[in-house]
Amino acid sequence: MTPLLELRDVEARYGGVRALHGISLTVEDGDSVAILGANGAGKTTTLRAISGTVRHSGEILFRGKPIGSKSPEAVARLGIAHVPEGREIYGELTVWENLLIGANHRRDWRQAKKDCENVAGYFPRIAGRRDQQAGTLSGGEQQMLALARALVARPKLLLLDEPSLGLAPTIVSAFYELVQSLTDELGLTVLVVEQNANVALKATKRTYVLEVGRVTMEGASEDLRRDERIRKSYLG
Amino acid sequence: MIDWSELFQQIVAGLAAGGVYAILALALVLIHRATGVINFAQGEMAMFSCYIAWSLINTYDLTYWLAFALTLAISFAGGAGIYGVVIKPLSRAGEITVVIATIALLVIINGLAGWIWTPEIKFIESPFPPGTFTVGDVVISKQDLWVFGVSMICVSVVFAIFRFTRTGLMMRAAAIRPSTSRLLGIRVAFMLAVGWGLAAALGAVAGLMAVPSLGLEPSFMLTIIVYAFAAAVLGGLDSPAGAVLAAYILGVGISLLSTYVDFVAESQEFKLPIAFGVLLLVLLIKPTGLFGRTVARRV
Repeated sequence: MTPLLELRDVEARYGGVRALHGISLTVEDGDSVAILGANGAGKTTTLRAISGTVRHSGEILFRGKPIGSKSPEAVARLGIAHVPEGREIYGELTVWENLLIGANHRRDWRQAKKDCENVAGYFPRIAGRRDQQAGTLSGGEQQMLALARALVARPKLLLLDEPSLGLAPTIVSAFYELVQSLTDELGLTVLVVEQNANVALKATKRTYVLEVGRVTMEGASEDLRRDERIRKSYLG
Repeated sequence: MIDWSELFQQIVAGLAAGGVYAILALALVLIHRATGVINFAQGEMAMFSCYIAWSLINTYDLTYWLAFALTLAISFAGGAGIYGVVIKPLSRAGEITVVIATIALLVIINGLAGWIWTPEIKFIESPFPPGTFTVGDVVISKQDLWVFGVSMICVSVVFAIFRFTRTGLMMRAAAIRPSTSRLLGIRVAFMLAVGWGLAAALGAVAGLMAVPSLGLEPSFMLTIIVYAFAAAVLGGLDSPAGAVLAAYILGVGISLLSTYVDFVAESQEFKLPIAFGVLLLVLLIKPTGLFGRTVARRV
């Protein structure tokens, strides 16, 4: 079976500096995959290459079709939702408007609006604040909103860029629990980038370890948690 | 003793003039929020739209309102086209470059209009009935009231589009966070083109409201657009509501100034400098404009 997402020897550079030195990875349908790595390992760049916001060479296939030359909006419309680093919610708009924006390319606008309302079931903390300015939410709530905004697009593949960044540990685990239950319930596939190895290895089935733009390890997240090298360099 | 009738009439006349500034100021704010620049060609675009309307009426024998509707559609397409062909390709070079480009457009459109239609003054008759009506002692010009009404309609329609429609929301999203919006699937370039189109159509309405009393020649929008710039800056360049309100205040203020302050009434050249003296004073006290930022969040 063709994997949902496949990267073959992807290279990317910022100006003259090479950020990715030929990354290859595979994400199967229904899988949850983590990309682990230190600052500057190329994690965010990998996600950006998939989303089409960074120039790259090599092949990126979604459902077996190349998407490497597509614009970010075209990639999003194929069913790849990107929750960017730092959340990037629309602070001056309301929570409700943020959700609607996430659903922007849905054809069935009425159903999309219903989905935005139904999001309340998963995100009780933001559902009660429909008309509040999104910028006044706490960091954790903003992260939840960013996730909800991605989900109302009804994506097939969810890209999460360091969702744990700047959040308290309890909120981080609540967030990942939610992601896990959503993956099962909605049949989502998740590719998450993390510096926080603890949570990432617990919340995903498979993990790739990135070091200076190269994949250095890959395997079942459960196995990697017991791996000596991982324990030393990422789990402390 | 105050002549109430005259006062009231001057206020209505001021609201009519202010209405024209308001439509244009709204167009300026729209583009500023979408592209981050002041469109210096806004007035000339409006002037060009008026020539198109003039041709539709005089060369193609269309009725006024048909020509009006067609001019709006053509202006919309023209504005979107200018964004696609000139502004978008240049926006990577930075805001200063885009501003210079709008100044270049100003000169080009002005020259083009003079070349196509000759600089000789032309007239488009007002579509509104002439004459006045009286309430008690107060005599009100019907045309002034109509122009004010049209401006209110324009402002309401634009606000409704942004507040209540799907496209309006996505346009706001595209203006606030362009790169995130693309990541979420919004066709940002298309949304900004719609914004430019809308601004151009608004300009056309403003121009067509102003042209019956001023006459049509390539520089006829000059004074008006300067007042519109003033209103936009005064209201806060990011605040549509502020810009509109400032435009009405400016219109009424100037109307009263040139009626009740003798030296202004005697010599109309004082109007502009005084208006701008006030503008500078306000900006020195509150650099973001009267309604900067706070109002902008909601619209």
